[in-house]
Amino acid sequence: MPPVLQGIFTIIIGVGGCVAYFYFSNLVLDKVIFPARGPNAGRNINRANKVRPWLFLFPAMFALGLYLAYPVVGSFWRSLFDRSGNNFIGLGNYIDLFQGSTFRTAVFNNLMWVLVVPAMATFFGLLVAQLTDRLKWGNIAKSLIFMPMAISFVGASLIWRFVYAANPDIGIINALRDFFGMTTLDPLQVRFWNNFFLMFILVWIQTGFAMVILSAALRGIPEETIEAAIIDGANPFQVFFQIKVPQIMGTIVVVWTTITILVLKVFDIVYTMTGGNFGTHILPSYMMTYMFRDDGRATAVAFVIMILVLPVMIWNIRQARAEMR
Amino acid sequence: MDNIAGQNSGNRVLVNITVLVLVLLWLLPTIGLFVSSFRDREQISVSGWWQAPFSVEQNFRIRVGTDTAREEGGLFIIEGNVFDEPDLMAVFEGERAQIAAFGTRAVATAEFAAGEQVELRQGGTLRVDPDGSFRVENTEAFGARGPTIYVGALTPPRFTLANYRTVMFADGMDRAFINTLTVAIPATIIPILIAAFAAYALAWMDFPGRGLLIAAVVGLLVVPLQLALVPLLRLHTEIGIGQSFLGIWLAHTGFGLPLAVYLLRNYMVGLPRDIIEGAKVDGATDFQIFVRIILPLSFPALASFAIFQFLWTWNDLLVAKVFLPSGAASQVMTVKIADDLLGSRGGDWGILAGAAFVSIAVPLVVFFTMQRYLVRGLLAGSVK
Repeated sequence: MPPVLQGIFTIIIGVGGCVAYFYFSNLVLDKVIFPARGPNAGRNINRANKVRPWLFLFPAMFALGLYLAYPVVGSFWRSLFDRSGNNFIGLGNYIDLFQGSTFRTAVFNNLMWVLVVPAMATFFGLLVAQLTDRLKWGNIAKSLIFMPMAISFVGASLIWRFVYAANPDIGIINALRDFFGMTTLDPLQVRFWNNFFLMFILVWIQTGFAMVILSAALRGIPEETIEAAIIDGANPFQVFFQIKVPQIMGTIVVVWTTITILVLKVFDIVYTMTGGNFGTHILPSYMMTYMFRDDGRATAVAFVIMILVLPVMIWNIRQARAEMR
Repeated sequence: MDNIAGQNSGNRVLVNITVLVLVLLWLLPTIGLFVSSFRDREQISVSGWWQAPFSVEQNFRIRVGTDTAREEGGLFIIEGNVFDEPDLMAVFEGERAQIAAFGTRAVATAEFAAGEQVELRQGGTLRVDPDGSFRVENTEAFGARGPTIYVGALTPPRFTLANYRTVMFADGMDRAFINTLTVAIPATIIPILIAAFAAYALAWMDFPGRGLLIAAVVGLLVVPLQLALVPLLRLHTEIGIGQSFLGIWLAHTGFGLPLAVYLLRNYMVGLPRDIIEGAKVDGATDFQIFVRIILPLSFPALASFAIFQFLWTWNDLLVAKVFLPSGAASQVMTVKIADDLLGSRGGDWGILAGAAFVSIAVPLVVFFTMQRYLVRGLLAGSVK
C-alpha cells in the first residue's frame, strides 16, 4: 500500500477509532455497567461519574506513559548496559563518556548554548517588542521577525550556509571581508567562535517567539504606572528598565526557560552545519553519533541531557501547581 | 513611548531606523536564499545574490568547428562569431555583448585583450574582436578538432526555474515532499481528539489525583525527545512496527500530546462555568457537554495546537531520522536535505537553495495565513 493511502487510512482509523472509543465506552458505562435505572439508579449515576474521567483520560495517559514516561526509565536502564545490551556495566558508559574529550567539549559547548541563546533571543525579543510597541508599521515588522519560527532548523541552517559560505561570491560575510580587503575564511572553522555563529541561527529563530510573548506582556502593563513614572520625571530608559521590565519579569523568566529547554533538544543546526566537526558538538548532536551504533552510549548521553533539563522541569511543575491553587 | 513628555521627533526617527535595521537583518538571509534559488547555476558561482540584478562577467568555452574552414591563398581560415555558438545563443538570445578578453587555455581564460592576435599552441593564429567575431588562420589544413576559445563576456542577469526543476524531478524532492505531507497530516490530526478528551477531564471533571496529573503533563512537556528514541525504536521493532510511517505517526502523536493537553486544558478552564453548569442542570451528560459545547467553543485552541503540531512535524528532522527507514522511498524533506543533498550536492548552491525553499514554502504559507492562531497558541502554551 503506498504511504499516502496508508496515511489516509490511518487518519480514518485513528479519528474513527477515537470517536468510537469515547462514544461506546461512555455508552457501555451508562447503559450496561452502571445503568441509571432500577433501585440503585442514584448510586449508579454517581459511580459512573467517578469512573468517567478515567475513560476520558485513558488514551492520552496511555500514550503519554508509553511514549514519554516509560522512556525516561527505559533509557536510564539501557544506559547501564554495554553496546550489545547483554552485559550490565553500571555507570561504565557514563565514566567512559566523561573521560572522552569530545563529550567534555559537547558539555561545555552545550552550557555556552544554554547561557547565550536564551539571553540573546530574550534580549532581541524584548528590544523589538518595546521598539515596535507604538510603531505604525510595528505589526509588519513583528510579523517579519517572527517568520523564522515557521522555518525548520534544517531550512534555517541552509539559509545561513549562504551567509557563512567560505566564498565571497556566495557568503555575505566573506563578501564584506573581501570588500574591506581581508582574506576569505570559513567562519565555521574558526575554533571557539564557530559555536557562536551556530548559536546565532537559533537566536534568529527564537527571537520571534520571545518578541511575541514579551510584546503581549508589555501591552498588559497598567498604563497608570507608566504615566505616574513620567509625571515624576523618569526618562524613557528609566521607564523601561525600572517600571516596565520589573513588571514583566515573570514573563521574561518564562520565555528564558522555554528557550533554554529548546536549546537542550536542538541537534539539527549542528548536524546540518558542521556535523559536530571543528569543536562544535553539543550533547544532542553528540548523541546522534552513537544512535544506531551504540545504544548504551546514546542513552547515556540522552540521560545527561535529561539531568540538565531536570531543574527547569521541577521549576515549571512548581509554578504550575502554585498557579492552580 | 510617544506619550512620554519631551519626546522629540529625533527619537522617533531613531526608533524607526533601529527597527528597520533589525527587520532587514532578520530578513536578509531568507531573501538571499530566495533570490539564489531562481538564479542561473553558473551565475551563482560568479557573483553574490545581492548582485543578482546586475550583469556579471561570465566565462564561456567555445570549440571552433572546422567544417566552415576555407582556403584563401594558401591560408586556411575559420571565421565566425562566438555569439552564434549554441551555448552563448542560449544565454544571450541572439544579442551581442562586449568581449573584453579571451584565452586559449582553461587555466588562463582572460589571457589576452580583445582584438589582439595570438599564436595558437597547435599552430596558427587567433583573433577575437570585442564584438565577438573571431578569425583563426593556419598555413596547414585543420584537423577534425578546431581550437578552443575561452571568452569572458558581460552576461545579463538570468533567472530560471531550472533549479526547482532539477530538485523536484531529478533529485527526488517531489517524493520527499509527499512523504513529508504523509508524515505531517495524520500526526497532526490524530493527537487532537485524544488530547481534547483528556483536557476536558482535567479542566472540568472532579476526581482525585487531578492536580498530580496536570503536574505530570507539565513535567512531560520538557522531557527531551532524545530519551525516547532508543527505548521506543526497540519497542516498535519488538511489536512489529519497526521503522515505518505507522511508527512515526505514533511517535509524533505521543510526543505532541503534552503540549496538546496542556494548551487545550488551559483554554477549556477559561470557558464560562455558567454554560457548562447550565447544560448539566438540563440533564446533559459529560459526553454531550464535551461534544456539543466544549469542542465547538475550543476551536481557536484546537487550531493553535494543530498549527503547532503541523509545523513541528513538517520541520522535524530527529524523529524522522530515527523512526523512518533511511531509503529514498520514505525520506522526508529535512532528512533528504541534511543527509542526501548536502553530501552529494554540497557545492551546488542553486540546487540547495531550491531544495530549501521547497521545504519551507508550506510552513511559510501556513504561518502567514494563520499567524493569529499561532500567536494565541504561543501565549497560552508557555508555562505562566
